[in-house]
Amino acid sequence: MSVDTVSLTGWGRTAPTTALRFRPRTYEEAAVAVRGCGPRGSIARGLGRAYGDAAQNAGGSVLDMTALNRIRTIDAATGLVVCDAGVSLHRLMEVLLPLGWFVPVTPGTRYVTVGGAIGADIHGRNHHISGSFSRHVQDMELLTADGGIRTVRPGTALFDATAGGMGLTGVILSATLRFQPVATSLMSVTTERAVDLDDLMARLTASDHRYHYSAAWIDLLARGRATGRSVLTRGEHAPLHVLPARARRTPLAFRPGQLPVAPALVPHGLLGRTSVALFNELWYRRAPTYRIGELQKLSTFFHPLDGVPHWNRVYGRRGFVPYQFVVGFGQEEALRRIVRRISRRRCPSFLAVLKRFGNGDPGWLSFPMPGWTLALDLPATLPDLARFLDELDEEVATAGGRVYLAKDSRLRPETLAAMYPRLPEFRALRAELDPDGAFRSDLSRRLGL
Amino acid sequence: MKDAFGAPQSLLVLGGTSAIGLATARRLIARRTRTVWLAGRPSPALESAAAELRELGAYVRTVAFDALDSESHETALGKIFTEGDIDMVLLAFGILGDQGRDEEEPLSAVRVAQTNYTGAVSAGLVCAGALQAQGHGSLVVLSSVAGERARRANFIYGSSKAGLDAFAQGLGDALHGTGVHVMVVRPGFVRSKMTAGMPEAPLATTPDAVAEAIVTGLRRHSETVWVPGALRVVMSALRHVPRPLFRRLPV
Ligand SMILES: Cc1cc2nc3c(=O)[nH]c(=O)nc-3n(C[C@H](O)[C@H](O)[C@H](O)COP(=O)(O)OP(=O)(O)OC[C@H]3O[C@@H](n4cnc5c(N)ncnc54)[C@H](O)[C@@H]3O)c2cc1C
Ligand SMILES: NC(=O)c1ccc[n+]([C@@H]2O[C@H](COP(=O)([O-])OP(=O)(O)OC[C@H]3O[C@@H](n4cnc5c(N)ncnc54)[C@H](OP(=O)(O)O)[C@@H]3O)[C@@H](O)[C@H]2O)c1
Repeated sequence: MSVDTVSLTGWGRTAPTTALRFRPRTYEEAAVAVRGCGPRGSIARGLGRAYGDAAQNAGGSVLDMTALNRIRTIDAATGLVVCDAGVSLHRLMEVLLPLGWFVPVTPGTRYVTVGGAIGADIHGRNHHISGSFSRHVQDMELLTADGGIRTVRPGTALFDATAGGMGLTGVILSATLRFQPVATSLMSVTTERAVDLDDLMARLTASDHRYHYSAAWIDLLARGRATGRSVLTRGEHAPLHVLPARARRTPLAFRPGQLPVAPALVPHGLLGRTSVALFNELWYRRAPTYRIGELQKLSTFFHPLDGVPHWNRVYGRRGFVPYQFVVGFGQEEALRRIVRRISRRRCPSFLAVLKRFGNGDPGWLSFPMPGWTLALDLPATLPDLARFLDELDEEVATAGGRVYLAKDSRLRPETLAAMYPRLPEFRALRAELDPDGAFRSDLSRRLGL
Repeated sequence: MKDAFGAPQSLLVLGGTSAIGLATARRLIARRTRTVWLAGRPSPALESAAAELRELGAYVRTVAFDALDSESHETALGKIFTEGDIDMVLLAFGILGDQGRDEEEPLSAVRVAQTNYTGAVSAGLVCAGALQAQGHGSLVVLSSVAGERARRANFIYGSSKAGLDAFAQGLGDALHGTGVHVMVVRPGFVRSKMTAGMPEAPLATTPDAVAEAIVTGLRRHSETVWVPGALRVVMSALRHVPRPLFRRLPV
């Protein structure tokens, strides 16, 4: 097993810390690394796509899980897949799409591991129909603090602590996942514009149930009457008969394209307010008022940013701070207030995403709950951004909502406790299962998880 | 842990009654800091500084620390780190001395050098080692513009700060890539008890302004911070003034 000392950050490239990185290739090697970890503990890391400090562990051990990447069995008849936790969703698509199966939930990037998907209990554009990732996990193998391996099934406390538990209950070694059948690798997409936030919410409420996938890109720099103007894209996996004749010959081909890598050094100020506003404007105007049945590649529909490797560099050396929250149905006024505050402040935020969540899943620290979620990215250098986000936290917490841990790098521990009412159970389970703190991360230290 | 904006949750101030140190602590408590250690020579002033910060809602402890007693640094400071991570160490102790008297009495000049330089070398190395072991943290060192180019009027203090400044820069390079960040802060004339009763120099500033610059420097991950910022340009010009002329400048 290779071991080195590295400085690590999350995808947002803020708050680097140094740890000893182990790269286990077998379950035994992973167990050795966990048993041998020092007083500063260990944490699993997938592809490092969590934005903040969830998959780093200052002064301790980090288990890079990406060498544990075998797909063990595929049941082509039922769509049940057993794979190691370090396999990426990209790889699963490559292998399973030609067999007519698609991942049950995909986030805005394919480059996340199964372990990371369970650890953050990720959601996708189909949350209103399919829930979060853990809903499609039949069981998993978990390496716990005692060095033993347990099979964990839904409906148990350990499952609910692990789904969304940010790697703090142990190292997921493998999982059995239920895939969904698809007839083609294309998406049939409906696009429409919404003139403002209320129009958007009305459209989503009225017809989301008719689409498998739904999300809206919202222009947070638009002000006044246009506040919240957006472009909705909703879609389905295209059935075979809508494909043009040529495409029908290879309906399940998976061909994500790639653009050039983003430059390592980006001049400061490229992401100024004016250029971002201009971009948002163009993009809104370019969108059709209404268009149905457009065929798009999977990658275009789900993972537009994956086409530009290292796109996080466009925010420059100081990185950026994402913010994603959810407020429940009935709290629309809070959502309106927050959107108004962001647009009034003229934060240079590229297209933000608004989505309507469906029912939540039982994970104790799982993020989604029925309601409205808004996700945006902001350059870390914006003046007084820290205080502004603290104020937004207050709004969110008062409305009974919460902030997404996979995207957090700045929450206060007290606010977190108010947002996640099942945190005491999570802490109690950890205290019992892992009394010496074999699993710790910068996130767990910062927030006292 | 520090957050995405470099705001620490725990802070250790070496020189616990320092005006600049306390102004910084107050500002950081308003952000994310909840635990503060004030290290200094035991005194009522140290205790009342602690009480004042407690009023702001922080959990504050004091610990005996004498810059001149290098032998004790390992134990005194090491103990603090065993009680939990320290996200930021602020090296704020220092004495100005009295140039006139120090020139007459070499031993009192040595005291300035030992406090500002030798004491900082040993305390700085002890803290750097502990920060490195925890894999993260910032060491913020209060240097001074006086160290940038020694002046006739205060070269004893100035030379001690020059040594400290060079030491801190080198330490920063040595720690590069270890997760530990070293930031050198070079204030100009700061109105505090250190300078009480002295004629003000141009571009004089306040402990609060220095504190603000430190918070910004943490957010930006800066290696060098001048306060006020204009001093960077002023000092780079002064650096190149020929000796005969520099001697006669009224600075
Ligand atoms: C462009 C982009 C778009 C995104 N869009 C979405 C989105 O639409 N919806 C969404 O929900 N998220 C989204 N995310 C966030 C991302 O899906 C999550 O952060 C995910 O957890 C990343 O997986 P990873 O493999 O990179 O894990 P890492 O970032 O490496 O780790 C994330 C967490 O999972 C834990 N973990 C990783 N592997 C294991 C393991 N084997 N066992 C136990 N714990 C483990 C880690 O300890 C850590 O706490 C997006 C991120 C990016 C960069
Ligand atoms: N004020 C300025 O104009 C100015 C300008 C540039 C740089 N600086 C530097 O900034 C730092 C803080 O300055 P300040 O303005 O805050 O000054 P200050 O209020 O006078 O604080 C100086 C601190 O140093 C402590 N100290 C002195 N000798 C010590 C020793 N032997 N052991 C332990 N602690 C000792 C003092 O503690 P006691 O209470 O025990 O004396 C006091 O806490 C100093 O390093 C200074 O050189 C100041």
